[in-house]
Amino acid sequence: MAATFFGEVVRAPCRAGTEDEEEEEEARETSEDTEVRRQLAQKREVQLLRRQTETTLDGSLLENHPCSKFIIAIGNNAVAFLSSFVMNSGGWEEVGCTKLWNEWCRAADSLHLCPTDALCVFYQLKSDPSVFGSSPRKNMQITILTCRHVTDYKTSESTGSLPTPFLRALKTQHFKDSACCSLLEQPNIAHGLPAAVLSYCQVWKIPAVLYLCYTDVMKPDIVTIEAFKPILSSMSFKDLVTAVPRRSEILKKLTSSETQSNIYT
Amino acid sequence: MFVPCGESVPDLTGFTLLMPAVSVGNVGQLAMDLIISTLDMSKIGYFYTDCLVPMVGNNPYATAEENSTELSINAEVYSLPSRKLVALQLRSIFIKYKARPFCEKLLSWVKSSHCSRVIVLSSSHSSHCNDLQLRSTPFRYLLTPSMQKGVLNKIKSLNWEEMEKSPCIPQMNDSELCIRIPGGGITKALYDESCSKEIQMAILLKFVSEGDNIPDALGLVGYLNEWLQIIKPCSEDPTASALPWKLPSSWRLLFGSGLPPALF
Repeated sequence: MAATFFGEVVRAPCRAGTEDEEEEEEARETSEDTEVRRQLAQKREVQLLRRQTETTLDGSLLENHPCSKFIIAIGNNAVAFLSSFVMNSGGWEEVGCTKLWNEWCRAADSLHLCPTDALCVFYQLKSDPSVFGSSPRKNMQITILTCRHVTDYKTSESTGSLPTPFLRALKTQHFKDSACCSLLEQPNIAHGLPAAVLSYCQVWKIPAVLYLCYTDVMKPDIVTIEAFKPILSSMSFKDLVTAVPRRSEILKKLTSSETQSNIYT
Repeated sequence: MFVPCGESVPDLTGFTLLMPAVSVGNVGQLAMDLIISTLDMSKIGYFYTDCLVPMVGNNPYATAEENSTELSINAEVYSLPSRKLVALQLRSIFIKYKARPFCEKLLSWVKSSHCSRVIVLSSSHSSHCNDLQLRSTPFRYLLTPSMQKGVLNKIKSLNWEEMEKSPCIPQMNDSELCIRIPGGGITKALYDESCSKEIQMAILLKFVSEGDNIPDALGLVGYLNEWLQIIKPCSEDPTASALPWKLPSSWRLLFGSGLPPALF
């Protein structure tokens, strides 16, 4: 606790978390509390299933569909980029999706959402089985795409003066190709799901690269989506980029699906 | 679990493990950064766990363009075989309810790797100090019974203060006394578990408040150095207090990006 200038006693803030509260909570816990917590943890487990039949997938996805290129897009702009620049040919088939729940979920039904909403769906390239196909797993290379707000980027200049959007990359030790943009400078970090995937790849020696697009627009935005274009020239993508015609149509659809709202509606 | 960088698991028999507790002001973690950076310790592996919030970034101890692109994750292990030192660095906070499972996994690794002793660098809220503590040095130590056998004489010769017991229920003066480390994160849990598992562990902590905790980290490594003599002073003059601790390159911009000129 700490006293403020005005004399009231407040809880002292701590960057290191709230372990003290947790310790006291754990000491008071009954077996009923433990059981409730265990059930909540089970409810939060991620399930893999086939969306069309709503049946659970047997075994792990990569065991059923070993691949040499695994591309993960996280966030609406990254997903929109993949949808419009890579997957617009119609040559991709859905092989599974995830169903998950946690206390932050807003979507009631995870199986009927548009591509820019929070959901995880797995696609396989029908014409080339090596992309999410049949090559042995040890040759797998992973590419992760995501966006962050430019205010997350640390630099000695003011972030307001940076020419957004811009790309930065982080790669694991076993990723031998060069990245399509500058590497993320210290002291910047990535966190969340992209960091979890990249950490796994670094520890288990899987070649992987994370492309972070720093932008000042977090909702679906054409300029942000197009900022990912340099990666189309990379080894992972060069055989996947297909015809242009449908691209603008898909881009327009994805970026206008957000309804405008103001205080009068 | 410990995953080595190379093909084989390094032999840590007889090594001293230095580690931080994620605690108020992140002082233990800052102190570990100073140790790893100054001694130029090499990364030997990862402590891969789902107990810490994930994060990645490029090499925080980079000294040149060539070594700046090595990826670092949230829990890494470094070593200095010449001094039989191994360092664990933790770079993020615990996920709720995962602190205790982490302690169990960590101590299980300490035992299986045959480290001889563990030194935990930590901190505690200075706002919880009593009057006596406010008037004395801000540094405290705690030793598990199995550690006391080996080093108590050395510690006593340094005139260090042992962490005092305080009322278990703070508001009640007649409650029992016990060791409390408010703001210390897993420090107390590690200490209790090590006592019961007979692991040689020493806790070194400083009373701090949140803010610019770099001076606190420098103080804490200086305190550790009085005992372990990790580094020597850079000049022969015994009155010179500055020790040559090397601040890592990742300590830039700790308080955010530059300011927009339009503010002024």
